[in-house]
Amino acid sequence: MTRKQRRLTLIGSAGAVLAVALGLILFALNDQIVFFQSPTDITQKSIPAGQRIRLGGLVEEGSVVRADNAQVSFRVTDTANAVAVTYKGILPDLFREGQGVVTEGIVNADGTFVADSVLAKHDENYMPKEVAEALKDQGHWQGGEGEAN
Amino acid sequence: MIVELGHYALVLAFALTLVQCFLPLWGALTGDDRLMAVAPPVSVTLFMLIMISFVALTIAYLTSDFSVLNVVQNSHSAKPFIYKFTGVWGNHEGSMLLWVLILVFFGALVGVFGGNLPKDLKAATLAVQAWVTGGFILFLLATSNPFARVANPPLEGADLNPILQDIGLAIHPPLLYVGYVGFSITFSFAVAALILGRTDAAWARWVRPWTLLAWCFLTLGIAMGSYWAYYELGWGGWWFWDPVENASFMPWLAGTALLHSAIVMEKREALKIWTVLLAIFTFSLSLLGTFLVRSGVLTSVHAFATDPARGVFILGLLVFFIGGSLALYAWRAPMLKQGGLFAPISREGGLVLNNLFLTAACAAVFVGTLYPLALDAVTGEKISVGAPFFNLTFGPLMIPLLLAVPFGPILAWKRGDLLAASQRLYVAFGLALVFTLFTFWLWGMEKVLAPLGVGLAVWVMAGAVSEIVTRVKFFEIGPKRGFARLVGLPGSAWGTVVAHFGVGVTVLGIVTASAFQEERIETMRPGDTVEVSGYQVTFDGAAPRRGPNYVEEVGHFTIRQGGVLVTELDPSKRVYTARQMPTTEAGIHTIGFSQIYLSMGESRGDGAIDVRVYFKPLITLIWIGCVIMSLGAVFSMADRRLRIGAPKPASRRKTAQPAAAE
Repeated sequence: MTRKQRRLTLIGSAGAVLAVALGLILFALNDQIVFFQSPTDITQKSIPAGQRIRLGGLVEEGSVVRADNAQVSFRVTDTANAVAVTYKGILPDLFREGQGVVTEGIVNADGTFVADSVLAKHDENYMPKEVAEALKDQGHWQGGEGEAN
Repeated sequence: MIVELGHYALVLAFALTLVQCFLPLWGALTGDDRLMAVAPPVSVTLFMLIMISFVALTIAYLTSDFSVLNVVQNSHSAKPFIYKFTGVWGNHEGSMLLWVLILVFFGALVGVFGGNLPKDLKAATLAVQAWVTGGFILFLLATSNPFARVANPPLEGADLNPILQDIGLAIHPPLLYVGYVGFSITFSFAVAALILGRTDAAWARWVRPWTLLAWCFLTLGIAMGSYWAYYELGWGGWWFWDPVENASFMPWLAGTALLHSAIVMEKREALKIWTVLLAIFTFSLSLLGTFLVRSGVLTSVHAFATDPARGVFILGLLVFFIGGSLALYAWRAPMLKQGGLFAPISREGGLVLNNLFLTAACAAVFVGTLYPLALDAVTGEKISVGAPFFNLTFGPLMIPLLLAVPFGPILAWKRGDLLAASQRLYVAFGLALVFTLFTFWLWGMEKVLAPLGVGLAVWVMAGAVSEIVTRVKFFEIGPKRGFARLVGLPGSAWGTVVAHFGVGVTVLGIVTASAFQEERIETMRPGDTVEVSGYQVTFDGAAPRRGPNYVEEVGHFTIRQGGVLVTELDPSKRVYTARQMPTTEAGIHTIGFSQIYLSMGESRGDGAIDVRVYFKPLITLIWIGCVIMSLGAVFSMADRRLRIGAPKPASRRKTAQPAAAE
């Protein structure tokens, strides 16, 4: 091989790997990202059943119902609208009625949100940033900066 | 008084970094020996000053001095002694002080052991290190002073965040920081090389042990963090592709690429410009990680800081160091001479391939981590990029890399023979095939990809062993002489084998734990039994218990296999009294390399509780593999060549001899 061919092989293979990586990234960004929605978004926009979304808001007071088999249902509200959520599993330590929560899952045909993960993060002051902003949009959030500390 | 002394030492250290930033650098550029000689003693003095500072803060914590704001916010007199101590870095200010302490420690190491470095390179390196140190001390003093006092000291502190009260926290941040900050030395070396306009094999030989050291600690730190999240958060997951995890993973990927490209540079004087760039990238990613984690851009357990001024300050540092070094690179890199031609199929070619895939994977993680932040800033749209994204991008990029790993060390330098290399890997290939078919036979069509994953892991492990066995011709010359030859191999050869074997072990753990784990989530009453992977887990009841600074509800579970008692586990649900914060303590039992994992939900009042039971086959291999990888780095560092130095080429007067990275 001549020097030029060697250099071309090097540049070619580098280009190929980078092209593959770029392709994968673009494909995954199109397909695998999950949008954050508030309860109002879900009631107003029509979100196709089966599409994964993140739903965030406050856990409505008095809405948590525990059934057997570790089934839990509760309602997530942004004070304007509320969405019913079902979840099978153990709720995080800091899950509380009246506190902020982020759930991820899909909306099923009858409008119930079936969550497969529930996040209420590591701190008693924690208000997920998305939730705090969504609540501010609704004009109902009076607290300070919702941040972990 | 002691606290003020600590504060004073910190200020004094900042003043000294200003001296260190300019004088040695000026000396290096003008060839003034006296100015260059300033650097080593100053680097040691800096270390002593920061040490005084750190000790002062530690004393404030140990004596529960509640007149110090930082102690009030993060400590409590009833906290166990060990957590009073680890609490020093369990908060923003203290952890940044630890960061600076490690920075100056590495500077001092170069100052003390760099006796046989070229004088100008040593002076310039220490000067660059001082720039970084100065930036961070200024950050501490201006925005996050750990020594601030409160006017009216309260009687009791607010306690450390309970989930940080764990032995994992005692170890995880210091390990991670040694890793992060260790790359600052390679960064300083790279920038010094750019300033002086030359790099040579001696430079690479110096950079490699530092990279190995940092990489070794970073690997352990990430593994430790992963294990900590696994048992402390009670979710049973060991990696969440959380931005904070990614922040430590990106420097690891770049660092892995760097330690491979440094080999090419040392042995063949090729890839110089690329290696320098990687050294800059690796530390830049460490800085970026610090920014992401500490600035409060991301909400997580790591985000101590809420003060926006801090975020802006770190961002400023980030722009200054990354922008500055890249600008310097653009200006000076063309001056570095390239050398060492090689064919595409060769050891160098293999290492280039390694670098390509690792940097591409790093880029994928980078995009996945920062895209949501960028999108939010630009359009206000909120998205989350989670595991599916990374599985789809990172995963496919790792597969060809893992397939290629066994070939790398077998190919010859300059011009390799792929066919001959393949012949030495017959056995490894056979083993991989056998394990693939065996797993397939065990599980049938249920899982299609998992057997291939197992095969891939076996391929990497067996490939690593094949390399060394065929290299000494173990079976041709008989075991006795074979062993003698194995022992006589250089440390770096062993390092490669051990580290690559560790990669295989980790991959095996990842594949089996994700593909074959079994999970049951049930509401259990005392006497109830659930079965998972052949184990019967019986809930016997729960009872309250009181700890030093918490109260807990402890469940008692008996685990049997076919009626035979295996173990008893006591997972619990704790509430730390000072913050009224609940945590979950998982119950874990290790069987071979596999684990049974139990975590409890909240009690329902009528004696019933929600329980999550996992069986995680071979999961401990994930972390054991990481430990093996770090062990590989230790072997490499122990290589005689790195301690003794290169034979001096007659033509080059200033060939450096590296000191040990011990």
